[in-house]
Amino acid sequence: MEKEETPMLSGAQMVVKSLEELGVKYLFGYPGGAVLDIYDALFEHQAIEHILVRHEQAAVHAADGYARATGDVGSVLVTSGPGATNTITGIATAYMDSIPLVVLSGQVPTTVIGEDAFQETDMVGCSRPIVKHSFLVKRAEDIPEAIAKAYYIARTGRPGPVVVDLPKDIVNPLIKAPYNLPKDINIRSYKPSSKGHPRQIKKAVELLCNAKRPVLYTGGGIISADASTELTSLAEKLNIPVTNTLMGLGGISGVHPQFVGMLGMHGTYEANKVMHNADLIFAVGARFDDRVTNNVKKFCPNATIVHVDVDPTSISKTIQAHVPVVGGAKRVLQQVLDLIERADIDNDKDEMAKWWSQIDQWREVDSLGYKKSPEQIMPQQVIECLYEVTNGDAYVTSDVGQHQMFAAMYYPFKKPRQWINSGGLGTMGFGLPAAMGVKLAFPDSYVACVTGDGSIQMNIQELATCLQYGIPVKIININNSSLGMVKQWQSMFYDGRHSHSYMDSLPDFVKLAEAYGHVGMRVSDPAELKDVMEKAFAMKDKLVFLDINVDPTAHVYPMQIKGGKIDDMVLATKDGENK
Amino acid sequence: MRRILSILLENEPGALSRIVGLFSQRGYNIESLTVAKTDDETLSRITISTRGDERVLEQITKQVNKLVDVLKVRELTERPNVEREIVLVKMLAENNEQREEIKRCSDIFRGQIIDVTAKIYTVQLLGTSEKVEAFIDVMRENGNIIETVRSGVVGIGRGDKALKP
Repeated sequence: MEKEETPMLSGAQMVVKSLEELGVKYLFGYPGGAVLDIYDALFEHQAIEHILVRHEQAAVHAADGYARATGDVGSVLVTSGPGATNTITGIATAYMDSIPLVVLSGQVPTTVIGEDAFQETDMVGCSRPIVKHSFLVKRAEDIPEAIAKAYYIARTGRPGPVVVDLPKDIVNPLIKAPYNLPKDINIRSYKPSSKGHPRQIKKAVELLCNAKRPVLYTGGGIISADASTELTSLAEKLNIPVTNTLMGLGGISGVHPQFVGMLGMHGTYEANKVMHNADLIFAVGARFDDRVTNNVKKFCPNATIVHVDVDPTSISKTIQAHVPVVGGAKRVLQQVLDLIERADIDNDKDEMAKWWSQIDQWREVDSLGYKKSPEQIMPQQVIECLYEVTNGDAYVTSDVGQHQMFAAMYYPFKKPRQWINSGGLGTMGFGLPAAMGVKLAFPDSYVACVTGDGSIQMNIQELATCLQYGIPVKIININNSSLGMVKQWQSMFYDGRHSHSYMDSLPDFVKLAEAYGHVGMRVSDPAELKDVMEKAFAMKDKLVFLDINVDPTAHVYPMQIKGGKIDDMVLATKDGENK
Repeated sequence: MRRILSILLENEPGALSRIVGLFSQRGYNIESLTVAKTDDETLSRITISTRGDERVLEQITKQVNKLVDVLKVRELTERPNVEREIVLVKMLAENNEQREEIKRCSDIFRGQIIDVTAKIYTVQLLGTSEKVEAFIDVMRENGNIIETVRSGVVGIGRGDKALKP
């Protein structure tokens, strides 16, 4: 056989060629001194579409939104120094939510690293605590391998962001080196496990089938492992209730009769009750974080805990697991289903019927009920209207605050990857750039960014990016002229002292949208809400900024009582007051 | 409780900073840390002495294992092992009484005087951390320590147990 000739390329060409061969479709970025050579190699390049954002943080969020919606690795290219440090919030956001990203950052030439050169920053050092891994590449011929490894590490095991720092001298267009992109990646120190240990699977299945009050508590691991089908089959096979974390919404359809809602701080009454009273918690791809457990010392005292996670550090970190199972959510659930099938095991259907009649009583509390008003739009109502107008099929991105919780609670997500929010880090400014990434991936789907008057201003400049590339997302601005969640806490825990949570002198969002070349609409009358929203979504090719004035006093309920059990909650009454 | 962790990792730039960063980021403490390449030059071996209960140690071990550069982590104190530390102690030795006292003590502890000037003796001592501490205590009582430097613990499992890739 004739040996294929190794092409001689410059480092800059290697970067672009590697990305192309790895199947990168969109590269979100911003040029600058250290990456000029790479940008030159990208010039008029056909296979990769580069999206020029208006701030590097938005590049990362956009790539992140793209990754969350598609399951592919998101890609970012920025320059050294400020370009690199501007990505930090975006990288931390992706890290907390286990989203696969590769961030290529320019660096000053190797010859001046450490000399405080212009636009020098130790990017590997800055990003170290918030990346899955990072590379500082020092020779042009090492570029393809580093990039290939970065993509491999980002998407396998528990996914996460990987930084590749590229000094300017190694991407010099005048210096050519042999280009070799490895086809198979083998890293001796990195072997993520995917299959669960058969002995642990057996124990887990026995507990699951003998439990009288079991619950499936699942998180983002179901979404990232594409294990939604397996989860739904298991729930249906054994008739077990399912609750999802904020990150796990859509793991089972939000309208499935066995779905009891989100759990935790703003979980439904029934979800938190089910957890507290369960005798078996079967956790998959969730991490018992503090927004779920409330006081760990009082957490679910009667439950045996089976914890399935691809990352062993998540197991027994906050809550001790009785049966730990290390493995990917999809593989482990398949193993569980196989064993149940093969051994022809079943659970006691009478016990399940009893459990469900108890759950149905909790459901009667109707903890998501709220009172509508003829004068003012309620924020909950906005989300319900959004659900109706989009037939429940929209990709919904959100920012952080009250609107985020309302979106999570009042928009039942039918499919995984439909709900895109910064759950772990809670990053305001995430919603709009994330929506851009989603809309690029799925141009024919509805994409709504549910946001608030505080959050939207944190990355508002991306309205320009949307115009440049024709990205017609719909912005649902739930405007209460305040930082709603901060204000809610101040009302509840700081005697109503609303310290700096009032947004004075908001811009005219309608005019602002128009100034950026988009359509702006405003609505304050509940009777007009649906009409206006329908109009917005009917404009398929336009970005519409929908500024919705809502009742500024609305609180998010239910809400856990700090320091209590998982099911110690403040509920809303029908007239809007606390129960 | 004091525990000793043995870590085998890629001998690459930045690998050590990931370990140290992990400890500070997650609030684990480091009593001592030693690092050097192994007989296989592509690998480094780190020995960390730390404190924590069973659960903390389990988390530390898992977190360290999760780092992409790390091949193996073992809690050395889980099984029979040998641990050693070196201390160098510089002491004032201005008169015969002081010189004799230093010589006597270092003989008892099987230390060696490795540097001598008209007024200074420097003693090298090898042993477990406990022994090293006992020696320093004795010398401190004599009241003539100028400076001490400890290597930190290195350790290895007894018998055929080995930390290999």
